Amino acid sequence: MTGANTALNLTVFSVFVLLTLYIVYRASTRNVSASDYYAAGSSFTGTQNGIALSGDFLSAASFLGISGAIAVNGYDGFLYSIGWVVAWLISLMFIAERLRNTGRFTMGDVMAFRMRQRPVRAAAANSTLVISLFYMIAQMAGAGGLMALLLDVHSKLGQAVIIVVVGIVMVLYVLVGGMKGTTWVQIIKAVLLLLSVTMLTIFLIGKFGFDFSSMLDRATQRSPLGESVLAPGVRYGATGLTKLDFLSLALALVLGTAALPHVLMRFYTVPNAREARKSVVWATWMMAIFYSCTMIIGFGAMALVGTDKILDAPGGENSAAPLLAYQIGGTVLLGVVCAVAFATILAVVAGLTLTASASFAHDVYANMIKHGEAEPRDEVRVARITAVCVGVLAIAGGIAANGQNIAFLVALAFALAASANLPTLLYSMFWKRFNTRGTLWSIYGGLTSCLLLIAFSPAISGSKSSVFPDVDFAYFPLSNPGIVSIPLSFLAGFVGTVLGGDEADPEKQAEMEVRGLTGLGSNLR
Amino acid sequence: MTKALPSVSRPATPGFATFEKPRHSLLIDGDGEPDFSAIQTSEEFRALKRRMARFILPATVLFLAWYVTFVLLSAYAADFMSTPLFGTVNVGLTMGFLQFVTTIVITMAYSRYSRRHIDPQVDRVRALAEPDEELA
Repeated sequence: MTGANTALNLTVFSVFVLLTLYIVYRASTRNVSASDYYAAGSSFTGTQNGIALSGDFLSAASFLGISGAIAVNGYDGFLYSIGWVVAWLISLMFIAERLRNTGRFTMGDVMAFRMRQRPVRAAAANSTLVISLFYMIAQMAGAGGLMALLLDVHSKLGQAVIIVVVGIVMVLYVLVGGMKGTTWVQIIKAVLLLLSVTMLTIFLIGKFGFDFSSMLDRATQRSPLGESVLAPGVRYGATGLTKLDFLSLALALVLGTAALPHVLMRFYTVPNAREARKSVVWATWMMAIFYSCTMIIGFGAMALVGTDKILDAPGGENSAAPLLAYQIGGTVLLGVVCAVAFATILAVVAGLTLTASASFAHDVYANMIKHGEAEPRDEVRVARITAVCVGVLAIAGGIAANGQNIAFLVALAFALAASANLPTLLYSMFWKRFNTRGTLWSIYGGLTSCLLLIAFSPAISGSKSSVFPDVDFAYFPLSNPGIVSIPLSFLAGFVGTVLGGDEADPEKQAEMEVRGLTGLGSNLR
Repeated sequence: MTKALPSVSRPATPGFATFEKPRHSLLIDGDGEPDFSAIQTSEEFRALKRRMARFILPATVLFLAWYVTFVLLSAYAADFMSTPLFGTVNVGLTMGFLQFVTTIVITMAYSRYSRRHIDPQVDRVRALAEPDEELA
């Protein structure tokens, strides 16, 4: 990583930003109604949205983080990818089609469909904002770390400037393009990412005569851990507690994906349930190919670059893929990989900003403050103002979290989504008696228990790698709370419903069930 | 696939706007909106739910059990998972890759099952509450 290629990286990156901004601008000519801003007028095809879904989902954590984790920890790094691919089956069979048929713009539309509107929408908006902000701060902090590696920017001030630039560009995407522009950014980025990852993989495996086994063999020779990198246990196998932590993580990964607000919102950009289904099919293919490639890239980096050299590089684990690219393709390939990594951060953060602003404008402003009678123009105006505020918050949070351990923030977002959103979504779709009280208990029970357990976990205090290493209030031994907070949220929803409160409205329940399965009453085709 | 019909042309009372006799009475209320409670208890809708459950329940049990097995084996049977299978590729890596394969297989199977068995039944349920579109 010398400064020599900084200019090249910057050029490729600027070209990407200018090109996408131009496309966003061109795509946004009739970006006026609420439906245009939030859901791109539901005008995308399943294929387009499927590619955009994978673009929204594959963050820098997936690309640099997973390949780096595999390059350093071997088998145990691979486990993330498996959870994230398998998780799409839940989205496919339970969530995507019903969500498209039932709601219009946000997750709150579905959760509040047959409940009392105001409290449930408030709860849905709270959980959307918390999850999106956590996810976004992790991405922004990651951007700072990446810069250190890719552009040779080492001062905290320089990295802060870059975080601000990333923040401004992402808010521009959202303000100018709305959902339509943001979706096109996701599509371009997803195609670029998948193409470059596939090319890298083919080059790489070609170097070993297309023999995966001999590549692994070489990898074990270059790793200080030897043969054991191919077996489970390097990272999570030490004690019974770390194994439990691993189970907790595995649970959060597989249950969280289908309930991430920015993933849910994508399903509104297609015209009907069949296109929503097709979106997931496309996204699943993209994910499976992508994560198979990252596995090969990870072990390839271990074999060609060597674990020690990766850990000594400025970005640590995250530098595995760029170092590998430099090794096999020189500065040009390195430039491409870096630009794709930037693009990934930008696009993911733009998607999150849009989701957070839509949730505030649609659930809080239009439905709670204006009781569902807001002017669409005002609603979009509020959404745009919110996008700017969210952008500022994310920039500030990103600068504050720069240099922190970001992996736990991303894992936390998944655990939060799995705890606060998934039980509520499943109950309201499949359990007739589920009522307003159950909904609120389930959302807030999952959200607060998850946040509390994280606050008292080793990720925050008490160990060398925590946020506050000098104090110790880690009363909860696991760094991922999912294994406790997810069942707790299901239980809270059940108990809240059984204990009473408003009875479930059977007519609304009938409407939701019929509409969810058939689209009747939604004016969708 | 039938052509879209503007929803405003939906008749207020069953069969009112058509010249031919409707093949069945529409399950819609006085405002022309679908009567959801009646549809929910209709045989067509119940058949739709049965068809969905017939695929989704076994598929979900299968993929969750397979995923949990993989996770538990990785956590508690590291020795078994590191048994070499092909050269240096061991049981764990193979099982992990097979998770991708099964995910794709279930996804494609669901997609195919939906096209053949669910979508036509959805159209039948929708026909309960919509004017006959072939006439339009």
